[in-house]
Parts: sequence; structure tokens; C-alpha cells
Amino acid sequence: MIWNEHIEAASRDELTNIQNERLVKMIERIYYNVPFYRKKLQEQGVKPGDIKSIDQLKDLPFTNKTDLRDNYPFGLFTVPQSDIVRLHASSGTTGKPTVVGYTRADISLWSEVVARSLSMANVGKNDIIQIAYGYGLFTGGLGVHYGAEKVGASVIPISGGNTKKQLQLMQDFGSTVIACTPSYAAFLGESIQKGDIDKNNIKLKAGIFGAEPWTKELRFQVEEMLGLKAFDIYGLSEIIGPGVSMECEHQCGMHIFEDHFIPEIINPKTLEVLPYGKVGELVFTTVTKEAMPLLRYRTRDLTRLYTDKCECGRTIVRMEKCLGRSDDMLIIRGVNIFPSQVEAALLEVSNTTSHYQLVVNREGNLDTLEVNVEVDEQFWSDEVKVLEGLRTRIRNSMASTLGISVKINLVEPMSIARSEGKAVRVIDNRKKQSS
Amino acid sequence: MIIEQLSVFIEDKTGRLTEMTKILAENNINISAFSIADAADFGIVRMIVNNPIKAKQVLKENKFSVNITEVVCLVVPHESGGLYKALQILSKNNVPVDYMYAFALENKASVIIRSPSNDTIIKVLQEHKIELLKASDIYSI
Repeated sequence: MIWNEHIEAASRDELTNIQNERLVKMIERIYYNVPFYRKKLQEQGVKPGDIKSIDQLKDLPFTNKTDLRDNYPFGLFTVPQSDIVRLHASSGTTGKPTVVGYTRADISLWSEVVARSLSMANVGKNDIIQIAYGYGLFTGGLGVHYGAEKVGASVIPISGGNTKKQLQLMQDFGSTVIACTPSYAAFLGESIQKGDIDKNNIKLKAGIFGAEPWTKELRFQVEEMLGLKAFDIYGLSEIIGPGVSMECEHQCGMHIFEDHFIPEIINPKTLEVLPYGKVGELVFTTVTKEAMPLLRYRTRDLTRLYTDKCECGRTIVRMEKCLGRSDDMLIIRGVNIFPSQVEAALLEVSNTTSHYQLVVNREGNLDTLEVNVEVDEQFWSDEVKVLEGLRTRIRNSMASTLGISVKINLVEPMSIARSEGKAVRVIDNRKKQSS
Repeated sequence: MIIEQLSVFIEDKTGRLTEMTKILAENNINISAFSIADAADFGIVRMIVNNPIKAKQVLKENKFSVNITEVVCLVVPHESGGLYKALQILSKNNVPVDYMYAFALENKASVIIRSPSNDTIIKVLQEHKIELLKASDIYSI
């Protein structure tokens, strides 16, 4: 079902007109209300009246995550505090968190894009949705919550964690939809498989999974374990939260709600705009957000865009599942490595769980990569040779995918840290060691 | 004649074995037989305890990776040639063995054997009048 057919299936001309009109107003708002942007635009000799269409975006300045930190907490807001009705913040693993604010209209816009997203998974008033994203400063829980209420679903705001209760309510309430991180979905699936739960008591039909990169191999695994169709939702708090783009039932890329968030793909080194179809860094300009509109925000996510028509009838541009974050990319002995590649290699070896962690060290002048893989009782026998065989299969699969040798450590279950439902995938000790 | 053995995956970290035995002690689990197979960075503890189901449960609750493996336990006289006699029968009948460990108690010695085919090993040993312990016997040693 298409929530807003008028927009989602509009012609390219109609969309471009909407975008142009909104961009003009957005530039005016940031120029007159945010000293940071006024200075940046003035440096480039740009005055509000100069910008008339999205074709001119390519000449405008970028916004980086560091700009958000430098203007912590409210420096990029275009409205007075009295108009702000909500604040969210990123987990801030390094330094200060990044803060985002929402006006009442922003919350309404957010509900709209999440409603469009959920409709792609055919979630509606006859559904019971269990929202197992964390509620709080993280945008996942509350973001999906408001959109789910908008489509009229019955919402279980259970938040993250407490697996036992998740599984109990899932059965007792008959949840038809689950929204959580893909790694938590895998964890729930494993718990169902090894627990005393009768799979027939689980009525899930759709999963709304996002907030961390995941592979198609993990998708198949989760779909099989939970007996549902997995939908990829994309978003980041700086842009709005979940609901920037979402996959429809044809699972061929995520439709971007480009009437609100104008995407571009750039070469992260030269900063040139790349044509559709080319892989590069995803950049968004939020043309409708009131509280904190961002101009050409660099997401660090690597992907590509395409506009060929989707079978679902939507005409809005699609983005491929992110290949990884340029921030997450590790350069090990000169080879570019994404944690998602490690995950894919791991899942190629049958029977391995998806809980893993990369540990990078430097010994002398040589980088070393170790991958810790949790050993789950489902797949080990008590014979050393079987475990060693498993280790060899994982090592071979990684070596052929990554092109470098990897040391595999088999570790005890639950020994890899999980934070806020997001798995900690990488520990890079090289910076620590060199300082 | 089949005995449930507890197998626990243990990372090579100081204190991990102590932790495991502490949990068993606190839950009144008594260990009758115990062995460790060690690889480079992990080990597999195999043990016979008085209540394998409960032991598995409490270890799992404490985040250990634990399985129950079915083994047999045969009894031979505690004297030279005792084990040889039993193993001779197994090799003559082509019964494969994955691993084994033993403990002696007064005039008898007990040998725990893991074979890919428990039915065969039980049949062969019984035909040759080798004493096998029942689960109830060994759990209460």
C-alpha cells in the first residue's frame, strides 16, 4: 500500500518542482537564522535569492558531523527554544553527543515519513507492532512509534532488551510486526530456536530492521528464524531518525522520501557529485525540517542511487543497502575492509551465529586482524576436531572474501559486548598503541 | 546404559574454570568424572555429574556454552591388562572411539567412552560380558 501516492508516485517534474520550491525557502531560513550557515554561504558569495533550483546544490557548502559537535548543543537550531518540542541525541561514543531538535511540525513530518515506510511493509490498523528499538535519546524507538500510531497499528512500546518479556508478549499479544536492530532480531530468532517456544505461537509477518548495517545473508537467516519478511529501514538522527528511506515488498533498494530529504552521491575524496548508479558517499539536504535543517549533510554512508521504476509503482529515487560507513571502513595492510564483509563471510559458513567482533592491532609495523566469533551451543560438538574444523572454514571464507589473512578466535557466547541493542563490531587498538 | 555427559566450551582465560566449578558448587552439583581437551585458545571440559539437566541449566544461565553428550561407561578390573581387554574387543569389532577418559576407584576402574555409535558399542560390550554402568550408578558415585 502507498501511504502518500500523490508524492511517492509523482512524476519527476512534479518532484523537482516541489524540491526547488522547498530548497529556496530552506536556504532563506538557514541564512537568516543560523550564524554558522550565514557565514559559510557568505564565504561562497551566496545570497538567499541566488539559489533557485536543486541544480545549484552542487555549489553549496557541506555540513559535517564535526559541525554539529562544534555547535553543541543548540547552535544549528533555526528556531527559538520555545518552538522545540523534542530533543534527541546520538550515543556519542567519541566526545560530545550530537544533538537534534524537533518542532511540532518536525514531529508531524517524521510521523508522515515513518507512516509511508510502514505502509511499504503493509503495516496498518490491523497490525500489532512490537517496537523493540530503544526508547530514549536514541531516535529508533520514538521515531517508529509515532509513525506506527499514525498508520493506526496497535503499538507495544516495549523498547529494547528483556528478551524473555519480548518473547512472552510476542506470543500473548500476537504481535504481527517487530521493529528492532537486525542483530537483536537475530538474537530473538536464536532464542526462539533454542527455547521452549512453539514457533506456531509466533504470528510475526514483517520485521522493520535498521539502525546498523547488515547483510543480505543475515536477512535470509532472520527471515527463516522468525518466519517473517524483513524490511530494511534507513535513517539517521541528524536527518530525522528512522524513515529517511525504506524498502518496499519488492526488496530492491530503499525508496528515499526525497520531497523532504534531497539525496546526492559524492566522491568522498574529491567531493564531486557523482551520477546516479555510481557508488559514493550519501549526502542529504533536509528541505522541510524546521528546527535543524541541514545543508548537504555528509552521512559517511557509502551507497548508490537509482531511479528506474519500481514494481510497487513508486517513482521516488532508491538507494542501495549501504555498503558500509566510510567511518567504519578499516584499512588493514592497505586493504579496505568493512565489518559487513566479515559478516557475509561468516554467514557463508553454515551454522555460525552472527555475533562477531573485529579486533585490529599493530604488531611492529604490521596490522593484524582478529575476528572473535561467539560459539553457540547450537553448532558445536564437544570434539576439538569439529571446532577446529569450524575455525578453519571461517578462516578460509574470510581470507577469500577479504583478501587478507585473519586470525579467528572462538569465544564464549555473550562475551562480545552489546550496547543499546547495537553490537560493538570493531575494536581498533592501533590508535591507542601509536599514541 | 547411556550416560549423559556435560560438555562445556571454555575460553582460555584465567579464572574461567574456577568460575564454572563455583557455579556447580553453589548448586550442589557433584562431579564424578572430569577431563579437559585443550586446543590453542579454548578448552572443552567434559564431566559426569550427579544432575546433568540441572547443571546444564545453571551453567547456561551463567552464559556458558554447554551441551549434553551421550557416552557409555564401562567397568574393568583395576589391574594390569584391564583396559587392554576391553579395547581389544572394540577394535576387533571395528567400533570407532572419538575420545575416552578413565578413573579408578578401589579395585575397579571406570572408563568413559564417546563413540559415534552408542548402540553398537553397548551391544558389542554386553555380548562380551563387559560391565557397563547405568546412569543411576555413575551419577551417584
